[in-house]
Amino acid sequence: MRSEPRVLPLGDAAATVTFGDSINPEMHERALGLAARLALQPLPGVIEWAPAFASVTLWYDPDQITFDALRASLAPVLREGARKKIEGASFVIPFCRDADFAPDLAETAALKNLSPDQYIDRFAGVVFEVAMLGFQPGFAYLGGLPDALDAPRLATPRKHVPARSVAVADGMCAAYPLDSPGGWRLIGRTPAPLFDPRNPERPALLTPCDKLRWRPIDRATFERLERQWAENFSPDVLRESS
Amino acid sequence: MIARLKIEQPGLGVTAQDCGRTKYRALGVPLSGALDLLQLAAANALAGAPEGSAGLEILLAAPSFRVEKGPLRVGLAGAYSGMLTRADGSQQKIAGWRGLVLQTGDLLALRLTRGPAYVGFSGGLDLPLILGSRSTFLRGKFGGFCGRALMAGDTLRCAAAEGEEAAAPVFAHEQGPLRFIPGPQDQNFTPEALAAFTATEWRVSAASDRMGMRLAGPKLTHRPGGANIVSDGATPGAIQVPGDGQPIVLRADCQTSGGYAKIGCVISADVFRAGHFFAGEAVTFTPVGHQQAAEARQNLHAKLAQWRDKITPVKQPWDLEKLWSENLISGAFSGE
Repeated sequence: MRSEPRVLPLGDAAATVTFGDSINPEMHERALGLAARLALQPLPGVIEWAPAFASVTLWYDPDQITFDALRASLAPVLREGARKKIEGASFVIPFCRDADFAPDLAETAALKNLSPDQYIDRFAGVVFEVAMLGFQPGFAYLGGLPDALDAPRLATPRKHVPARSVAVADGMCAAYPLDSPGGWRLIGRTPAPLFDPRNPERPALLTPCDKLRWRPIDRATFERLERQWAENFSPDVLRESS
Repeated sequence: MIARLKIEQPGLGVTAQDCGRTKYRALGVPLSGALDLLQLAAANALAGAPEGSAGLEILLAAPSFRVEKGPLRVGLAGAYSGMLTRADGSQQKIAGWRGLVLQTGDLLALRLTRGPAYVGFSGGLDLPLILGSRSTFLRGKFGGFCGRALMAGDTLRCAAAEGEEAAAPVFAHEQGPLRFIPGPQDQNFTPEALAAFTATEWRVSAASDRMGMRLAGPKLTHRPGGANIVSDGATPGAIQVPGDGQPIVLRADCQTSGGYAKIGCVISADVFRAGHFFAGEAVTFTPVGHQQAAEARQNLHAKLAQWRDKITPVKQPWDLEKLWSENLISGAFSGE
């Protein structure tokens, strides 16, 4: 059964439209559908919006539109109930699982009765899909981690996770664009820049509905690509050739 | 014409900020911008800079800088003191809420009794637009001046400007509880927790920064399973309560989404005040509706407009003498 979306206040200058309180494909597609609809036909007074797993948050100018007026203008849009599966790009992104890049690999693999090699083999066979961005600029929550590779977050988050670490936890995968604290399990590192603030057209490498696979590389390749891409990088080089 | 100044003492927690970085939150890019946008607006007004210009935000200790190429105007919004040493060696004590004209060779050594405070510059700081804003996002290492806090030796540029110096009254924020609109996840808390939240005098913890203000007090209890939510949008002013029951009021550099239940969100008229609390100080909260939030916002706009009207030109001493002598000669100002 389909639940009615709710428009909840987030202060007096933002509101969150929520489609439910769990992560499932239907709610996610409804959130993406609303975001796509807003992009086609922006609502007056609305400055920007961000889709999440089961919701869309809208930021608005309270001098232009009240919360009640916003809710009223959203009502017909929500009645349309657009669902959207955006046809994203497909990427193959290299990563290196050397021990210093992957401090949690051995333990995580052992939790699943796998050797680190077996874990990485299976991991490299998974096609992930970007669900949403948040937490950091360009931080993509990648859905699709199978149970056979899944493990809970670390009990104590790390104070320092190096930028471009590849991590898994709670049914998802992610790569950290920036140095930060973090509680996900680190199983490798990518040489690919995940966020470039100097590229206003496409600052984030990954956007919702993009698909990607991780390709294991050795240390020498990692270091060569890291140097090369620090100088000059285009997301196109990571697109899967069709 | 470009004016130039060089940082001699960098201060502490000094970053370039404007009104923040909108339109990229869907990609996880925080708003950033001045913690107190009203005080930045005041600094810009005192400097004669256009609204929305980038200025310096000072959280802990104020910088000193020397003008390499003047003249330029600065606007000091905040509780400043300090000393202005002119190129000829003459010295003048500095107070906040002033617009000053600085000449080549002048050294402005600012002191701050309490942050955040702002310095505006004629024409605004000349910095590259990164994703539509000149605001520094420290954690992302981008925006503002090279994506970082100021360091000794940094050179900043702004527009050259002369004109009269200016003075204004202190722009004082209201005191009293921070007003908030309950939600989006107030239902995730027990009635006792909702009551305790507004009844408590919370203490600001030392682990507070431009991302958030952490509070310590009685543990707020969630309903079963209510602490962790499916991540949704977060914004400055939102009051997250993780499983430990201790609230965090998000600030300008906060992440765009979060997985902790939000008991409420501070209204836009009070979110500027949330940047003014420091470790050990007391914070209280009171719930309001959208109508009260709108009225508070209108009152604040009106207050800023009234404050702007009170900016008055200050004649420099030699100007006064010149004025007097002209009046005496022409006799046009005879009081008889």
